[in-house]
Amino acid sequence: MTSTLGYISVYGALLLSVVGAVVGYFAIKPGDEGRARFARRAAYGVFGLATLGLAVMVYALVAHDFSVQYVAQVGSRSTPLFYTVISLWSSLEGSILFWGWIVAFYMAAVAYVYRDRYKELMPAVNATMLAVNAFFWLLLAWPANPFVAVFPVPADGPGPNPLLQNHPFMGLHPPLLYLGYVGMAVPFAFGIAALVTGRVGGEWIRAVRRWVMAPWIFLTAGIVAGAWWSYEVLGWGGYWAWDPVENASFLPWLTATAFLHSIMVQERRQTLKTWNILLVIATFLLTLFGTFLTRSGILASVHAFTEGLIGPFFLGFIALVLIVSLALVAWRSDDLKSDPALDSLASRETAFLLNNLLFVAFTFTVLLGTMYPLIAEAFRGVKVSVGAPYFNQMSVPIALALIFLTGVGPALPWRRGSPELLKKKFIVPTIATLVAGLIFFAVGVRSFLTWLTLVLAVFATGLIFGEFIQPVRARIKAHGESSGSALKSVIGKNRRRYGGYIVHLGIVVMAVGIALSATYRQEVEITLQPGEAAAFAGYTLRLDSLYAGREPHRDFVEAALSVGKGERLSTVMRPRMNYYPMSQNPIGTPSVRSRPTEDFYLSLAAYAQNGATATVAVIVNPMVVWIWIGGGIATLGALFAISTVGAVVERRRSGAAEVRTGPAKAGVGGAD
Amino acid sequence: MSELGRNRSTWLALSGLLLLTAAAPALQGAAQEPAVAEARVDDPVLEAQVRELASKLRCPTCRALSVEDSPSGMAQEMRVLIREQLKSGKTPAEVEAYFVERYGEWILLKPTASGFNWTVWLLPVLMLAGGLFFVFLTARRWVEQGQARAAHLDGEEREI
Amino acid sequence: MSWKKLLIPALAIPIVALLAYGLTRDPNIVESPLPGRPAFEFSSQTLDGEDLGLSDLKGKVVVLNFWASWCVACIDEHRVFIEAERYYADREFQMLGVVYQDEAPNARRWMERMGGDWPSLVDPASRIAIDYGVYGVPETYFIGKDGLIAHKQIGPVNSMLMKQLVDSLLAAPVTGEPSATSSAAGTEAGGS
Repeated sequence: MTSTLGYISVYGALLLSVVGAVVGYFAIKPGDEGRARFARRAAYGVFGLATLGLAVMVYALVAHDFSVQYVAQVGSRSTPLFYTVISLWSSLEGSILFWGWIVAFYMAAVAYVYRDRYKELMPAVNATMLAVNAFFWLLLAWPANPFVAVFPVPADGPGPNPLLQNHPFMGLHPPLLYLGYVGMAVPFAFGIAALVTGRVGGEWIRAVRRWVMAPWIFLTAGIVAGAWWSYEVLGWGGYWAWDPVENASFLPWLTATAFLHSIMVQERRQTLKTWNILLVIATFLLTLFGTFLTRSGILASVHAFTEGLIGPFFLGFIALVLIVSLALVAWRSDDLKSDPALDSLASRETAFLLNNLLFVAFTFTVLLGTMYPLIAEAFRGVKVSVGAPYFNQMSVPIALALIFLTGVGPALPWRRGSPELLKKKFIVPTIATLVAGLIFFAVGVRSFLTWLTLVLAVFATGLIFGEFIQPVRARIKAHGESSGSALKSVIGKNRRRYGGYIVHLGIVVMAVGIALSATYRQEVEITLQPGEAAAFAGYTLRLDSLYAGREPHRDFVEAALSVGKGERLSTVMRPRMNYYPMSQNPIGTPSVRSRPTEDFYLSLAAYAQNGATATVAVIVNPMVVWIWIGGGIATLGALFAISTVGAVVERRRSGAAEVRTGPAKAGVGGAD
Repeated sequence: MSELGRNRSTWLALSGLLLLTAAAPALQGAAQEPAVAEARVDDPVLEAQVRELASKLRCPTCRALSVEDSPSGMAQEMRVLIREQLKSGKTPAEVEAYFVERYGEWILLKPTASGFNWTVWLLPVLMLAGGLFFVFLTARRWVEQGQARAAHLDGEEREI
Repeated sequence: MSWKKLLIPALAIPIVALLAYGLTRDPNIVESPLPGRPAFEFSSQTLDGEDLGLSDLKGKVVVLNFWASWCVACIDEHRVFIEAERYYADREFQMLGVVYQDEAPNARRWMERMGGDWPSLVDPASRIAIDYGVYGVPETYFIGKDGLIAHKQIGPVNSMLMKQLVDSLLAAPVTGEPSATSSAAGTEAGGS
């Protein structure tokens, strides 16, 4: 019964997607209301069927219905309820079902929100979304069907991957990432619609902004959350290993970030059209590519699910999307050309152009590094590895340049930066930077790259603060307001801009955290007997006891250590090793004591079976919390920026196809 | 890689560091992976060398982790081996060669800068350099556009 | 569309080709550089407590198998080894196991349960495993009478491969000195 319902939802969604997509594409001629409406309703219908399928699967998991193949694969009666529910995405078929539901959700959402607007674009948008949906429901109907009926019905199952059950955070990280990843299909659909209808001007740009910002926020949060989880949960003391699948989530983030900056230029100056189309196509392709990497088994990775038919299916879809998109771009290439008039190289347009380049170069570097093992094997027949040392080395110059731009970009006005204006904006930050540079050197920063990172961070922060301070000062002078209310009105009137600046500040904070934690990290492995103490990096730790325990889904061995700064032992920390019944390798859980200045990180490396000794890996990691705080600031800033995007779009909307910029406001603020 | 420059008090505390040596046959818990307690000698220079070398090598049983970062049993034992070899007088290059001889180029986390591998080292640089050049040309073209327009029109330029 | 514009979609072809190639490869199998080289000397204690080294087996064809009691795939190949031990009983052939990342009591129990009379060495600090570039189990090295590694098998050994390799290694004549330039399976008569 459950399987049958599942089958109905999957096949139904597939059928409706295909039909809807075909009808939708035929509705592209304006005035064809009937077909456009059908496509829209098909979108709602697919979402309804997708929700049915998802609900059926969740029910089957919770009810331990082992007659459904996916439940038989990942379910277990001994798994706690929370982990049973989230085992929906623990394995291949379930994760694709989840993916399918999210893409159906986005499709229905954009169809609904824009049901009365952008009448020329929406039929193509809906049709493209339906086509994308069709692919995923095809996967679910054929190679990745989670609803296959199992006979005879087993009494119990093996439970989900132990790594999933190690920490409740697994309930958050994949959904955040998926909502980000999958959501990038919507901007892509707009890009395709623009190319197909030929309306490559400001219309699709205006329409798409909030639909790229929302997934971007989820993707950013998901990536930072994943790094946090890697650090707090996996026990190796790091947060980013440049694993191919980590890279796969980072690559679309890079192009999406470039895109959401670059569309600002098209909005104001009707240029970078080709960049924007290519960036939005690249973002979607990279999300497909990332999924292909995890599910096809072509690269070895901690995340790799499984192989089989999935790989060729994905490859086929990627090939289709790639060829069709590029063909459309080639077809419309003449319409995409345009050059604005600038009065000075020192202008925001140049900064955005440079920004695009840096992000694309970064994307290319990470992509090349990720794919190089495969390329080398193809051309040399030898397997090579490309790991963190390569990526760290290659990304540092680009990252530094981006930190620089993070400050300089907002400070440059559109079109021309007059020398007086530039002097006014840059003088204080430059002086502050020089002073800071000397101070950093004086207190002992000897690594050039770390020093440079800090110096650029000061520079960028100074410039960004200037963008807040100077208009507030101008307001106070003009209106005599208090600084508080002046700040509120400046920020409130320009949420998009100031939200963006807050995001920039968050990114700078993250960069500082990353640089300092990498350079000043100290670590050692200490073996202790119970009662014995040791000192390291200003901390004292004493092994109190070593004991084993049992939880419903796992056994564990835990060490209790009293830890304190200096002589006084103030906290008890309990790193442990978890043993899952179906896995031969234990998974450690570290114990982390986070303070604003540094983290004290303990993981249980080894122990004697008779409890005589325990070996702990001790890491003192400065400034790590600032990475998470910075990520949080960036996310909040983005939420703030998006909070009135709708209002801005409303104000901007006019009957004309091309955007009309408002009168350029002279002075510091500039047009929003 | 570790710098102590920032923490003044660290120097004092370090002098109280206690280390134990527990060289023993495989001591193991309920798991199947034996955990050999590492022998540690109070020699920060050697430890730094071990760390640097171990960071260059890929942990063979894990994905994407270096021998230094990996908590697995095999990685621990590799670190012990590295330390022994360095102590016995081998240079880091010789120890690296030892591992490459047995595991192949794959054990290195950075591709060697030789032959075809130059593509992965140089292409990003070339791309960035080429891109910067392209950006410069484009921006210059835009400025020329502005100057041309300004020459033909009066007053402030507006883009509609 | 002009031919120049057609170039743009054509960019898709090398990308797709590379990914398609990737689908045909197994990223988990890393070819070892050791075949063709002399097998490194090692010695340790067997599970029965006796000392044994590779040099004690000089002149024999040695099948060196890295295994563990927690290794599922090792179960599959074990019967191949039992068969081989019986089949090649009066030949210059020796099965030799090395226990990988495991504890002696577990290994002993496993061997008792699964059968087989060949010795297995303990490898407490994984020295032998590291020396042979082992990164997982099962991995099996086929060493010829001349002491050169003829082949490394990653994953379980099947009986066809076993017979083919051991037969050719047994048939190969032994020269005085190990030849520095021998190919993978078997050695040629002739000096270095």
